[in-house]
Amino acid sequence: MVKIPYYPGCAVQTTARNYSISGISIAKKLGIELVELPKWNCCGVFPYLANDDLMRHLAPIRNLIHVQEMNENGIVQNENRVITFCSMCYHTLKEANLFLKDAEKMEKINTFLEREKEFAGGVKEGYKGGVEALDFLEVLRDMVGYDRITKEVKKPLKGLKVAPYYGCLVLRPREIGIDDPENPTVLEDILEALGAEVIDNPNRTQCCGSYHTVDRKDIVAKLTYDNLIYPIRNGAEVIVTCCPLCTFNLDHRQKEARKLRRDLKEIPVMYYTQLMAVAFGLDKQFWGVDLGLHYVDPKPLLEAKNLY
Amino acid sequence: MAEAEREKKEKVRIYIIGREYKVPVGLTIMKAMEYAGYRFIRSCGCRGGFCGACATIYRVKGNYKLRMALACQETVEDGMYISQIPFTPAEKPIYNLEELSPSANVFLEYYPEIAKCVSCNTCTKACPQDLEVMDYVQAALRGDFQEVASLSFDCIACGLCATRCPAEIVPYNIALLARRLYGKYVMPKAKHVEERIKEIESGKFNEEIQKLMDTGLRDLKEIYEKREIEPE
Repeated sequence: MVKIPYYPGCAVQTTARNYSISGISIAKKLGIELVELPKWNCCGVFPYLANDDLMRHLAPIRNLIHVQEMNENGIVQNENRVITFCSMCYHTLKEANLFLKDAEKMEKINTFLEREKEFAGGVKEGYKGGVEALDFLEVLRDMVGYDRITKEVKKPLKGLKVAPYYGCLVLRPREIGIDDPENPTVLEDILEALGAEVIDNPNRTQCCGSYHTVDRKDIVAKLTYDNLIYPIRNGAEVIVTCCPLCTFNLDHRQKEARKLRRDLKEIPVMYYTQLMAVAFGLDKQFWGVDLGLHYVDPKPLLEAKNLY
Repeated sequence: MAEAEREKKEKVRIYIIGREYKVPVGLTIMKAMEYAGYRFIRSCGCRGGFCGACATIYRVKGNYKLRMALACQETVEDGMYISQIPFTPAEKPIYNLEELSPSANVFLEYYPEIAKCVSCNTCTKACPQDLEVMDYVQAALRGDFQEVASLSFDCIACGLCATRCPAEIVPYNIALLARRLYGKYVMPKAKHVEERIKEIESGKFNEEIQKLMDTGLRDLKEIYEKREIEPE
């Protein structure tokens, strides 16, 4: 069992617990122990675009320092990788490293952090660089491999018509993206390794509407309609996602989208980790389908496919 | 000459709101200010480090660092520039605890500005109680009110964190909400308190209370002085 630092982020601890519960258990099954950072803060949520406002970049950098500390405290051995499930967390952590390639910025941030060692809970040392943020999808593709995934499958998802949806934060910009930003395949490949039938989703790299979901539900409802109607017409029975915010918008905003356009029929939205937990034959508590987090309940579909 | 030397040794030079005073060494900031002639109406309370009324900021000559302290706890040093913060204007939404549920969103609902925390840790640096303020704000952001309650337990609401936060968050009011939720939903109810309340309601102590109410001030003082003090 290889031990790798794991950064949860706020979403997978609350509204997206189904993502982390299923993800952590399948990682274990694949020989990876995700060791949660003993201390972590919000990832920063959005990559901050103003490069000269250094303080806005502190949140992800502080988390990278905590990974550094895990090595110094012996919680992990020589492990400069940190794994996330949430696309947004992955994005900000990865982006922080790019930002700090500028030595002047790195020095300025570390000078600011210098005084922290005098205070309770402050970081003892600045960031030395070199902590690598990994999205769990990359881990599955590059560390585990699709063959190994297929080997763990106890209940192939045969006949289950799945349409992947990536959103933007794991794909764009190119320096941060884990796959081809226009034509990604990692979700498709994983789903095929599970035995599912992958349905073409022309909208899989479109915007989900992001935080407009808070105060402009109308915008998101329109996008949700567009993002669901094409895969549904292609025959999809479930949408498979990798980002908590995309998932919320695609799943919970179906209510508003269906008010907008009545021809939209309800479709469950699940994280790829949940379908992996199903296919691996893990105990149902690790599927995360019984936590009341889904707007459209995926259980009837799983039952119909003899998977539940 | 020798006397002047000695006086110099025993006294320190401090600056209160910009004006220079010489005060004896070893005094707290509060006592030094009173020595200098200040009489406190605000910015002073328990004098024991518990009430949080005497929030003070200072710098020491020749050092760029801005320090925060409780005036009743910090000892004066030579070259201190002192100013007090008797009051912190702070946002404090009204909520009914009976109607709140301990959900992840309760903090964001009443204090949405916590989402602006950039984790700069300035609040932590400001805390005279050495609390990990930023960490509890972050815990609030992810709805972990138990962690907020435990990290903020020693908060005395002096307000210094709120004056320093670049995101204009008021950490101590958020912590208060967390501890209220924790007390209501998580902390086990104390059995002996419930039993005592029943005893009170059944009138067990009415007679004794009435006896005290009817006692004159002088006798009451005597009873008070002779009272049994609970063992530690």
